[in-house]
Amino acid sequence: MTEIILKAKQLQDKVSKLAKEIFENNKNIADLAIVGIQNKGVFLAKRIIFEIAKLANIKESQIPFGTLDITLYRDDLENLGSKMHIIKDTEIPFDMSRKNIVLIDDVLYTGRTVRAALDVLMSFGRPKSISLAVLVDRGFRELPIEPSYVGVKYESQKFIKVSCKESDEVDEVKIEI
Amino acid sequence: MSLNRKDLLGLEHLDKKDLQTILGSVKPFKSLFTRSVKKAPTLVGKTVVILFYEPSTRTRTSFEIAAKRLSADVVNVAVSTSSVVKGESLIDTGKTLEAMKADYIIVRHSLAGAPDILARNLSASIINAGDGFHEHPTQGLLDLYTMYEKKKKLEGLKVLLVGDILHSRVAKSNIWALTKMGAQVAVSGPPTLIPAGIEDLGVKVYYDLDEAVKQVDVVNILRIQLERQKENLFPSVYEYVELYQLTKERLRFAKKDVLIMHPGPMNRGIEISSDVADSSNAVINEQVTNGIAVRMAVLYLLNPKRKK
Repeated sequence: MTEIILKAKQLQDKVSKLAKEIFENNKNIADLAIVGIQNKGVFLAKRIIFEIAKLANIKESQIPFGTLDITLYRDDLENLGSKMHIIKDTEIPFDMSRKNIVLIDDVLYTGRTVRAALDVLMSFGRPKSISLAVLVDRGFRELPIEPSYVGVKYESQKFIKVSCKESDEVDEVKIEI
Repeated sequence: MSLNRKDLLGLEHLDKKDLQTILGSVKPFKSLFTRSVKKAPTLVGKTVVILFYEPSTRTRTSFEIAAKRLSADVVNVAVSTSSVVKGESLIDTGKTLEAMKADYIIVRHSLAGAPDILARNLSASIINAGDGFHEHPTQGLLDLYTMYEKKKKLEGLKVLLVGDILHSRVAKSNIWALTKMGAQVAVSGPPTLIPAGIEDLGVKVYYDLDEAVKQVDVVNILRIQLERQKENLFPSVYEYVELYQLTKERLRFAKKDVLIMHPGPMNRGIEISSDVADSSNAVINEQVTNGIAVRMAVLYLLNPKRKK
């Protein structure tokens, strides 16, 4: 059984809301950089960049954009066994040192992915700041990590699946109940 | 997406999918090199032992850097100063290392099959870093990765191996893997250094190097093992140079963008002329860089059996 948390239109509205909040908190747009966590975070990050560029009236390419894969930094590699992930690209094609980085992911749950992502980011240098934006906050944190921007809060220990048109043909957020 | 293997003993027993899994995993490890911190915590708390019964600089260093970039603890066993000189057997040495909780043992040995013996007797992951005339799988993998990176394909790629095919474990690993990936492999060298029946592996044999270099996409030149010269397998080094050295002159017959590879260490002026080794077609140093990334991918993909 699955229940839909966000339909296509609602999902896109949440993305716009995140973009608007990020834009409002980063008036100095030249210092802003967006980094998406593989896989879904990257798709969401691209959409957020599109929205911010519209709001700021600049080109999308003017907002530095990077991608992160946290596989090599996971704390549960040993337990994955044969379910090992395909490692996707980690690319930070800009100098982070004076950037305010907004990290984008689809679902925030235990906080362990974000912990790993922070380690990856730090291996590229020393950003001015890092904040976190997530589409869904599922609660039940196991680490002291809190997002600055939240699309929707839906506390649950059940698996929440985000589908994006870029990879799944539909936009929606579902929960398995 | 996993190898589901404890050991990497050779490329003969890997299938095409395994090879694709390994080659497809290399790029993220290579991109780690360009960061300010060239290290990931993937193998934190794991112990990698490098056990070499034969001399080596580049393979040993490459494995050591690969393991360290994944944050493993690396121990080098210098066989010449170890209990091996007191007569300890290979299996006992392996068991001792395992009792010290080695998770990975990287072994080079002059006898073919030595890594297999360790693999069967130990729960640690065994990686063959060269055994006798048998195989050198990570060299084969890094050669394939370099070809793929430069030529964007392996299927249908025409690859020529030149020199001492008989004694070369690099050649064997190349042949196994390249033929599985659909490349067309040819070899060229003195008849005494070409193993009998090699055609059965789907390999073409050319005794005339000028003829062989025409139309190929890659020339992988093997080291002439000068220490074998006393076996009288070719009349003289001078004659070998005359007939089989890869020179600028010979390359006039080849494609303009032919890739020149050499596993090292090079004997400049014997199997390869200096101007070819330093030409823009040569990717010999990139092979070394790729070697680290490939070995990181292998360490990442293998699963040591853990005792509960």
